[in-house]
Amino acid sequence: MTDDAVASLKTGDKVLLNGVIYVARDAAHKRMVEALKHGKPLPFDIKGKVIYYMGPTPAPPGRPIGSAGPTTSGRMDVYTPCLLEAGLKGIIGKGMRSPTVKESLKKHKAIYLAALGGAGALISRSIRESEVIAYPELEAEAIRRLEVVDFPATVVNDIYGGDLYQEGKAAYRRTQ
Amino acid sequence: MRDIDSSLITETVSSLFQHACLFLPDDVLVSLRQARETEESPVGRDALDKILENAQIAAADKIPLCQDTGTAVVFLELGQDVHVTGGDLYTAINEGVRRGYDEGYLRKSIVNRPFSDRVNLSDNTPAVIHTDIVPGDHLKITVLPKGAGAENMTRLAMLPPSQGLQGVLGFVVNAVDEAGSNPCPPLIVGVGIGGTAEQALLSAKRALLREVGKPGADLEIAALEKEILGEINNLGIGPEGYGGRVTALAVHIEVLPTHIASLPVAVNFQCHSNRRKEMVL
Repeated sequence: MTDDAVASLKTGDKVLLNGVIYVARDAAHKRMVEALKHGKPLPFDIKGKVIYYMGPTPAPPGRPIGSAGPTTSGRMDVYTPCLLEAGLKGIIGKGMRSPTVKESLKKHKAIYLAALGGAGALISRSIRESEVIAYPELEAEAIRRLEVVDFPATVVNDIYGGDLYQEGKAAYRRTQ
Repeated sequence: MRDIDSSLITETVSSLFQHACLFLPDDVLVSLRQARETEESPVGRDALDKILENAQIAAADKIPLCQDTGTAVVFLELGQDVHVTGGDLYTAINEGVRRGYDEGYLRKSIVNRPFSDRVNLSDNTPAVIHTDIVPGDHLKITVLPKGAGAENMTRLAMLPPSQGLQGVLGFVVNAVDEAGSNPCPPLIVGVGIGGTAEQALLSAKRALLREVGKPGADLEIAALEKEILGEINNLGIGPEGYGGRVTALAVHIEVLPTHIASLPVAVNFQCHSNRRKEMVL
């Protein structure tokens, strides 16, 4: 994901992602951050890349992947600033981020997008290839490389400080 | 006394989980379609359209509705005149979970040692089994593949009795507000009031099994459900948390007697993918 693309995206924008994204969630994040702390290389070059917080169901015969919707992002908050520091440019998940992560996104000019939580079957159709590239022993939590075509996502936190969850809630809130 | 062979129990549990993870129950679909009609927010309506489309795709492609096929929660109503043959009941259920999650290409999400190793046990056992002994000679099995996104937002309060109805209402609405987009709204909000701490939590979970929107046991409970639902849907969280009117599809409250010093309130959430399936043997 280029800096120009990141700069052009605003909170609330709907996008269709095409190309390569990487899958990592809880256990893989723990390992990646430990690797960075010990000066070791990550399983893939993270600069300019997009990470999708996801743990799929097993691929049935003849399909690249099973159900493949996002997991709750908040659990990755403790690891995220470290990966943004290392060059991560985009994150796909669902649910709210901490103030620290939002600051870090602004600082490193990276964006946070939401995929539709609980729509794993629909999202599965936009994944054309899936390959485990690291930590296979973590099973559903292994790091994967995905080829996606028209992968649907919505910009939650842009680099200008926007937050879809806060803005959407404020727009429809009825105070008593 | 009626014999039920453990192999039939295993088969039943296996097929119930596989079915539950692919097909949303009709009452949930009806409720989601109603939500689509009432939602005012364009992003909220779009999210509901996608959720309904996802249900069609899951059924057509035989791909689970959600990748989190859950902890295998099983509720049993075991008639006291049933005699399980050919092995023990809980082993049969766990074998059903093992088989169902394997054959159905469902995700195995259970790890050992939650605080340290967290090694995946690779077969989604042990099941979480809640058993009621009831009159009769039937065995009713209800499965609830429970995703962690919603489960992690669970709340329990041991309120002082002086807080009464307003205390209950405030606690439940605040729990939904704090959970925000995390548990995948629109939600089913299960509430357990009374009993002891663990009974309140179990009642909150049991409340999720009720047909969506079916009112509680009496008029007072039904009125409280309606009032809490109204307040929740004023929060503005909306479908997927993108902003909107439909944050919850229903509030289901179960009530138990409690100690003179206590007012336990538990909240257990179910996401819009309200998967559950039952069978009576």
